Amino acid sequence: MFDAKSPNLNAQSDSETVSFIGNGMFDVTSPEPNVRNDSRFRYEFYHKQLLSDNKNFCEGVTRLENFSVSILGKNIVGMKDFSADEIRLVLNTARKFKQVIRGGDKKLSNLRGKAIVNLFYEPSTRTRTSFELAGKYLGADVVSINSGTSSIVKGESLRDTLRTIEAMGVDAIVMRHKSEGAAEFATKAVKPIIINAGDGAHAHPSQALLDLFTIEQAKGRLAGLKVVIVGDILHSRVARSDVYAMTKMGMEVHFAGFKTMLPRFFEFDGVTVHESLEEAIANADVINVLRIQLERQQAGLFPSTREYARVFGINDERLRLAKDDVLILHPGPQNKGLEISSEVTYCANSAIHDQVQNGVAIRMALLNLTLGGAE
Amino acid sequence: MKNQIWQIRKMESTISTSLLIRGGHVIDPANNFDGTADVLVVDGKIAAVKPDINFEAHYEYNAAGKIVTPGLIDMHVHLREPGQEAKEDFLSGSKAAVAGGFTTVATMPNTSPTVDNAALVRSMVKRAEDVGIVNIKIIGAVTKDRKGLELAEMRDMIDAGAVAFSDDGSFDDNAKIFLNALDYLHDTGKVIICHEEETSLVKDGVMNEGKRSALLGLKGRPTVAEDIAVARDVLLAEYTGGRVHIAHISSARAVDIVRDAKKRGVKVTAEVTPQHLTMTDELVDPADTSTKINPPLRTQKDCDAMLTGLLDGTIDAIVTDHSPHAPEEKDREYIYAPSGFPGLETSVGVLFTELYHTGKIDLKTLISKMTAEPAKIFGLNAGTLSIDAPADITVIDPELVWIVDAKNFYTKGSHSPFVGRELKGRVVATIVRGNLMKLNQW
Repeated sequence: MFDAKSPNLNAQSDSETVSFIGNGMFDVTSPEPNVRNDSRFRYEFYHKQLLSDNKNFCEGVTRLENFSVSILGKNIVGMKDFSADEIRLVLNTARKFKQVIRGGDKKLSNLRGKAIVNLFYEPSTRTRTSFELAGKYLGADVVSINSGTSSIVKGESLRDTLRTIEAMGVDAIVMRHKSEGAAEFATKAVKPIIINAGDGAHAHPSQALLDLFTIEQAKGRLAGLKVVIVGDILHSRVARSDVYAMTKMGMEVHFAGFKTMLPRFFEFDGVTVHESLEEAIANADVINVLRIQLERQQAGLFPSTREYARVFGINDERLRLAKDDVLILHPGPQNKGLEISSEVTYCANSAIHDQVQNGVAIRMALLNLTLGGAE
Repeated sequence: MKNQIWQIRKMESTISTSLLIRGGHVIDPANNFDGTADVLVVDGKIAAVKPDINFEAHYEYNAAGKIVTPGLIDMHVHLREPGQEAKEDFLSGSKAAVAGGFTTVATMPNTSPTVDNAALVRSMVKRAEDVGIVNIKIIGAVTKDRKGLELAEMRDMIDAGAVAFSDDGSFDDNAKIFLNALDYLHDTGKVIICHEEETSLVKDGVMNEGKRSALLGLKGRPTVAEDIAVARDVLLAEYTGGRVHIAHISSARAVDIVRDAKKRGVKVTAEVTPQHLTMTDELVDPADTSTKINPPLRTQKDCDAMLTGLLDGTIDAIVTDHSPHAPEEKDREYIYAPSGFPGLETSVGVLFTELYHTGKIDLKTLISKMTAEPAKIFGLNAGTLSIDAPADITVIDPELVWIVDAKNFYTKGSHSPFVGRELKGRVVATIVRGNLMKLNQW
């Protein structure tokens, strides 16, 4: 369905009519000249379509409406720079790509002739592999650079490394770095599209998008859900990206952690900070459990992993405080028995495993939309 | 003053050079003078300050519409010699000082090697004389290699010409060593300039801990680290009777601590920078390292407290904390870039634009904090237009509008958060020991 007859769903494409088919899949047919530039008309048109569709799905995409949104050529630095419409566009595109991943032949030619470099200054398994496969599934050439074996260890500056990669004709650079602001620095240093795969404790936009995607897939909607993010908020780029992404989609965000791991002076519309886990997860729709870095214990942020697990670990007993259908997320890798118990990881409410596949779909969507992949 | 002119007349044949600065608005806080006057300089010394001097000088400078002040003093600069000449040297630093109107600067000892012994102080004093553009004073380290473990040979350094002592760049965590340093210097009258940030609280921190750092994820340097350090040093000064000078104060609470201490008669003085008076952590952009300084840019509340402290006398002096780094050192990731930026060339422009033209401070107070008061704290023969004082003079055009461009900097440093700013007020001439220096670009 996705690649056969449909014209480009990308935002830069011409206006098109959309009808929704069943469970979150939609079909794009030929453009209608007279509605081409009338966004209000289009909105109403879609709205009617939506109302006649599957109820759950409708709620999830009420704010989809406007396909003139585009992120073509956009640097993906943080969720702060995303509008709700842009997020919606990425989620809808990811939905298509998820079908591709699940299908038999995963090799598309959308990004044929495009080159993507994964520039990772920090170790990563899932994010790097996820971006690498996403690029490859879309037909792009993908090269991963490991900071340990590159000229970075010879002392080359970030600017020069980026310029070297740029000179080789690369279209996008996926970057992870220890320093907050490194991705934004890169956008100012070179022309290829920069996709931030994590910069210090600042941002990790593709993680936030895949969290939204996973929640929407499970719950059928985003707006109005209560999400609790638990753990080391202070050092978490996931929490900082989730906050922007989730509040933009109308979700209610709660932070919970020991005060030693909460950012002091944190103020954000739509976010409540709790020092008590029990108070935070009451009636939660979603719990996003953050990874606890073991070195935080040495830094004196909590006395022992044992006590952390006892007071702040997510286990079956604590889950009872949340809603029955509470969804469990974790950006991984997990410390089993510390921030999350094995029972919770593998329980029916856990979407931790789905997050990984959704991550590939989201990254395919990001690459395809920013690089203008043909279909 | 009549006598002075008469004596000059009598000795006219022996005068080798003279300079008459005509018709400027002279502000000389040391002599409580504020009005239109001519300033006559004879052989590198001030000969007269009065209206309508009738004298045939070798050179005349028309200062109508300009402000004429004693040469500005900056007791907190990093000229990076010895060892870090890629960042700055005495020559480039001196030119930057002239461009900024500073005739006397004191350079900090956090160099490589650390200026912590008499041999180095002596060689730096000699080097300053050889460069000879502005007066460069040498500050020695309090402890050996600034490690905070053993006292440096401070009395040797005093004899070699050190004007003050500081382990600037870091806080001396060892309270006992710091107390010993105060006791050891007690009878010398020399001041210890203290960098006030308790070390464990600012470890890995790169910006003020506040709302902005909470959102950006950058590690914070909390104001409480400064408050604790200031409180400790004020208490030790009180206990020992020693003299403490708080470097680049930036936290509102720390200003309160100094104010209370001064009321109790503690021998404490304090300085503030133009950036801590006028900029907040809202300007921190993690993709641009120019705002990275220690102590960090704070909040508007802190800026307001700095101004209040300046006006009520709690803060005695304005310094730039001129801390240039080589461009390639600053052109990198926020967490890896070194702290500090060059400030000599922008100080007057920023202070005039943000404080004087906005009516927040009067000229006399402002100039006093850059001339008479630092001279008093450090016992310098400078910062005044008194007769026979060295003819160090700064001429400022308060209305000149200019745009800060790093390309025009004389310093080797490049990254400043003031780059690109339109400023109103600029130094147009700097006179050191009677030598009038106008720089090319004007």
